[in-house]
Amino acid sequence: MGKPIRITLKQANDMMGGLALQDFLVVSTSMFFIGIFGFLTRRNLITILMSVELILNSVNINFVAFNYFLHPEAMHGIFFAIFVIAVAAAEAAVAIAIIINIYRRFKSINIENVSEMKY
Amino acid sequence: MSFQFTILIPLIPLISFLIIGFLYSKMSNKLAGIWGSVSIFSSFLLSLFTAYRYFFEVGRVNGVYPKILGFDFEWLRFSDSLSAHLGTLIDPISVMMLVVVTTVSLMVHIYSIGYMKGDRGFNRFFAFLSLFSFSMLGLVLSTNIFEIYIFWELVGVSSYLLIGFYYEKNSAVAASKKAFIVTRFADLFFLIGILILSFYTKTFDFISLTDPSNIAVMQTGSITFMGLSVTTWALLLIFIGGAGKSAMFPLHIWLPDAMEGPSPVSALIHAATMVVAGVFLVARLFPIYALGSDQALQVIGYVGAFTSLFAAVIAMTQMDFKRVLAFSTISQIGYMMVGLGVSGYGNEAGLGYMASMFHLFTHAMFKALLFLCAGSVIHVVHTNFINEMGGLRKHMKITHITFLIATLAIAGFPGFSGFFSKDEIITAAYHNNKIIFYTELLVAGITAFYMFRLYFRVFWNQEASYEHKPHEVEKTMTIPLIILAFLSIAVGYIPFGNFISSDSMPLESHINWGVASASIIVSFTGIIIAWVLYKKPSNLPERIVSSIKVLYTWAYHKFYIDEVYLFVTKKIIFNLISRPIAWFDRHVVDGAMNGIAWTTSWVSESIKGLQSGQLQKYALAFVSSTIILSALLIYILLNV
Repeated sequence: MGKPIRITLKQANDMMGGLALQDFLVVSTSMFFIGIFGFLTRRNLITILMSVELILNSVNINFVAFNYFLHPEAMHGIFFAIFVIAVAAAEAAVAIAIIINIYRRFKSINIENVSEMKY
Repeated sequence: MSFQFTILIPLIPLISFLIIGFLYSKMSNKLAGIWGSVSIFSSFLLSLFTAYRYFFEVGRVNGVYPKILGFDFEWLRFSDSLSAHLGTLIDPISVMMLVVVTTVSLMVHIYSIGYMKGDRGFNRFFAFLSLFSFSMLGLVLSTNIFEIYIFWELVGVSSYLLIGFYYEKNSAVAASKKAFIVTRFADLFFLIGILILSFYTKTFDFISLTDPSNIAVMQTGSITFMGLSVTTWALLLIFIGGAGKSAMFPLHIWLPDAMEGPSPVSALIHAATMVVAGVFLVARLFPIYALGSDQALQVIGYVGAFTSLFAAVIAMTQMDFKRVLAFSTISQIGYMMVGLGVSGYGNEAGLGYMASMFHLFTHAMFKALLFLCAGSVIHVVHTNFINEMGGLRKHMKITHITFLIATLAIAGFPGFSGFFSKDEIITAAYHNNKIIFYTELLVAGITAFYMFRLYFRVFWNQEASYEHKPHEVEKTMTIPLIILAFLSIAVGYIPFGNFISSDSMPLESHINWGVASASIIVSFTGIIIAWVLYKKPSNLPERIVSSIKVLYTWAYHKFYIDEVYLFVTKKIIFNLISRPIAWFDRHVVDGAMNGIAWTTSWVSESIKGLQSGQLQKYALAFVSSTIILSALLIYILLNV
């Protein structure tokens, strides 16, 4: 392991390079709706899972950006983002397990084939 | 002196019922019969012991027989002052009833071992007999009106089960239902009576209910309804319950049909014990009747007198052996009711009460004997109709002699038990009410006539052609007949007034020879007419019948009371009340329910397409509605 890189608040501010909150929000909103679009239109379960990750990450960006710009003295947003990442990892594991089972049963991971639970 | 053991008297038959009932198919017939008989025999011994201890060891306290709570258990507590108990009440009439019920029940058990031999339902029969014995013994020992009501229904159930014993026969099923429904209908009034009585007296307990000082309190505080006091109403309603069980006019219609049951059942339930429950109930509450309500007592007297005449007239015309006896039972219970109705409370005025209980006692013996003899005869000749019998005296000597003794007893022949008891009822009526007196005198004559008509027709007259040559029945059947025949003579000599009287004080009863000779003359007339008409075959009866054709037809059809009932129930109640209610139920109540169900299924049918099973459709709906809702929320928040 190398020496850990230490970054002061000042240096971090410099790294932002004058980006404003709106810039972050534009990115996260675009990511969110790209994720939604993918979730609603893709037929492959893996792709849908990826779309969900996209949605979660857009939320993470929001958390961190709001934390940084509005309450720079607090760390809540950052911790929340870490929680979301942890939950997303667990969720991905469960989701993939489900997808594997679906594949075993239907020999396909096309979501349109999985409609056993209809009326 | 403890009477705790009296609880065993009803419990032993109950245990016997459970054992025979549960081991129904495992037990051999012989074992079930012996088991049932032994358990009732132990109840019988305990009853005799109770009677001995009560009348001779405890004896009188301050000149009266005390009322003793042998066993008492608080079962339901409604409030601090009102609770329902279960237990045993020992007083003169309950001890007397114990002896009557266990004696007759024991005889019937022994008789049934022979009578039911080979029957498929042998074990079932003995289980039901035990159940009945339990219920009846519980009834007579009840400490309160609540407990008596429970056992009242239980004897009704056992009666129902035993009337419908041959359930393959449609007529038996119909008869059992009829008996149950009619008595249940009467019990409704009984229940209302109980509620009224206990509401105003704040007690269920017989001891405090019949305490003369309480009755006075109840009288002053009660209100009137339709000109009669509340006490009178309550007592009349309770009497209706008793009239249903005791087959008083117009609730008598079930008893003749109840003869569909096996003969021992008729002897036990429909002659000696259960049907006198109504008399017992009135006797149990007698101080309230005597001190609280003259009107109620008068109603009882007139109903009893009318019923005894009415049933006796019908009995003259019936051709079915057991039906004649059934109507005779109704008539004799009418006598007992008359005895209570013409009685007062205390001293000489209480003669009727004593006579009524005495008649209950003697009647149980000779009527059970008559039914058991009828059972033997029917067992042998395989028919119920007396015109298919005749000349049986040569073939069935024991049955013949015992039947003759019972017939003499019921006809009031001097020296036999029925003479003493019936005579005292007639004497009591003589002192109290002349109309009832003449009616009962007439009924005594009719009774003698129809009983000897039966006797001569069956045992004398022309010998009918039988499929098998008649023979005497086996020993288990004749021994009870002999014992009961002995009792039918002997019980008349018990100084009954010493043991039972309205106020428990000793009552010396003497035979009033004026009244007695009148009733003897009337009975002899009846016997002689029967002798002339039926001893030898003759066409005299037919000629008499054709001369009073209309009257005979009416009496033969039991004055069309059954038809009146059918008309009222089928034409009036069914058509005018039940059918509209059924229509309302089927169309309005059911229709509303069906409508709700139909609407629900229609709605779900039309929206079920939304549940497509396509995950992305759900997600689309979710996302779009979230967007719409957020837009709405933002719009509202911006415009506040």
